[in-house]
Parts: sequence; structure tokens; C-alpha cells
Amino acid sequence: MRAYLSRRYCFSASHRLHSDAFTADQNRAVYGKCNNPHGHGHNYVIQVTVGGPVNAETGMVCDLVDLDECVQREVVARFDHTNLNFDPVFQDRVPTTENLCLEVYQLLKAGFDKAEVVRVRVEETSNNSFEYPICGR
Amino acid sequence: MILLTRKAEFSASHYYWNEKWTAEENERVFGRCANKNGHGHNYTVEVTVAGEVDATSGFVVDLKELKDVMEREVVGVYDHRHLNKEVPEFAKTMPTTENIAIAVWERLDRKIPGAKLHRVRVYELPDLFADYYGEP
Repeated sequence: MRAYLSRRYCFSASHRLHSDAFTADQNRAVYGKCNNPHGHGHNYVIQVTVGGPVNAETGMVCDLVDLDECVQREVVARFDHTNLNFDPVFQDRVPTTENLCLEVYQLLKAGFDKAEVVRVRVEETSNNSFEYPICGR
Repeated sequence: MILLTRKAEFSASHYYWNEKWTAEENERVFGRCANKNGHGHNYTVEVTVAGEVDATSGFVVDLKELKDVMEREVVGVYDHRHLNKEVPEFAKTMPTTENIAIAVWERLDRKIPGAKLHRVRVYELPDLFADYYGEP
């Protein structure tokens, strides 16, 4: 039987939303206070959903220790207490939470092979959250 | 078609132990969950049903009926129980969050008047939950 397991992780990071393709006025108009020159920070919540058959011996989709280790290694250790704008992946992309969500999904998809990574949800604040990919699960 | 979700809570104890394995294997795989004296959680169950909105009542499902079914079939059976020792489906199946979601589905499926079960979500902790959609 196929089931889905979700686990939530946290990291804190700063960012500034700014595009070199825009003028200073356009950046201000598009990003508002998120364009303030010295950046600002969030406590991000990463909710990772993995899916797969429930193992008959363990009763589990995957071992949580393996998932925790992977998310810690691939995501938390990389981004926690950093400035996202300095991360290599955000050199040509604005570190919006949409782009962060896509990046976290790609990192976990490539880094975790014990179950299928089916969705990543990133909460930037308790009011803003982003999910990828869109799927019925 | 619209989805409606109702929550319920129960508190129960459990442990993880595979009788086919040695004590060392159980401790390696299940860690502190393999303590045979058990431990407990406050579980939250979210039951999501799918259906059409009734033109007269404006309801997908009568919430009181859904609450009663959840109480009778799940909360009344699981609450303040030791899942391994007192709930029949876990006598031979590990009471992991995944298996609890599947068991809750099987307890509720086709028992909710007027609506189809869409998803069962079981939270073991606020940051850990399992979903089951009835998939084989």
C-alpha cells in the first residue's frame, strides 16, 4: 500500500529580492521593502513529502533517520544562517521563496533515494507558503 | 466536487518491534521507538471526504454524522489505548504513523453517508505526519 510521509524542518536565512534586469525604481516597485539594500531574514519551514509502499517489515515508507540526514545535509546545512543571495544557485536567480522551493525540491530529488520525493512546501512566514510540484497528493 | 476535512484527536501509546528480528536489529532500526515499555503521542487525525454540495442542505456531508463515525470507529477504539496490545489491527502490524493512516482509512471507508473518503492524514507530532489515499 502506497502512503506518504511528511516531515517539517527549519532553517533561518537572509535574502534580498533584487533583479539586475530591473532599474532601481523598478526593483523598488516590484519588490517593495524586500528590496531594501541590506536584506532581511526569515525562519523558513521546509515540509518534505515522500511517498512509497509501506515496508511490511518496518511499517514505514522510509527510515526517518535517513530522511533527516539527507535534508540536514542537502538543505539545512547549506542554507541555515546564510545569506541566500550568496549561494551559487542564486547568482543568476532571485532568491524568492518560489525559487528556493524549486531548488530544495531539486536538491532532495537528486539526494534522496530511499523513497520518492513527491512534494516540497516552503513556508517563508506563517502567511506565505509555496509548493512544488503541483500534484494530487 | 468539493473536499471537506474534519479533525479529531486521540492519545495512545505504542512501540515498534519486529518479532522476526533480534533485539539488536530492532534497536538499530527503530531506535528509541523499540523500547518495549512503550511511549505515547497525542495524535491528530484529519479525515477528508469528497462529494457534491447538496442543493438543499448546502452540505457535502452532515458534519455531525462524520464526527459520530470518526468517534465510533477510530477515537473510541484508539484513545487512551496501547495500540500494539489493545487494537486488533496492530497485533501483527507495526503501529507506525503510515500504518495508522491506512488503518483509519480501512475503518472509515464506505461508512460515511453521502461522501467518498479522499484522504486520511495522521499527525504523530506537529512536524511529522502520514497521508493515505486508498492507493494499493
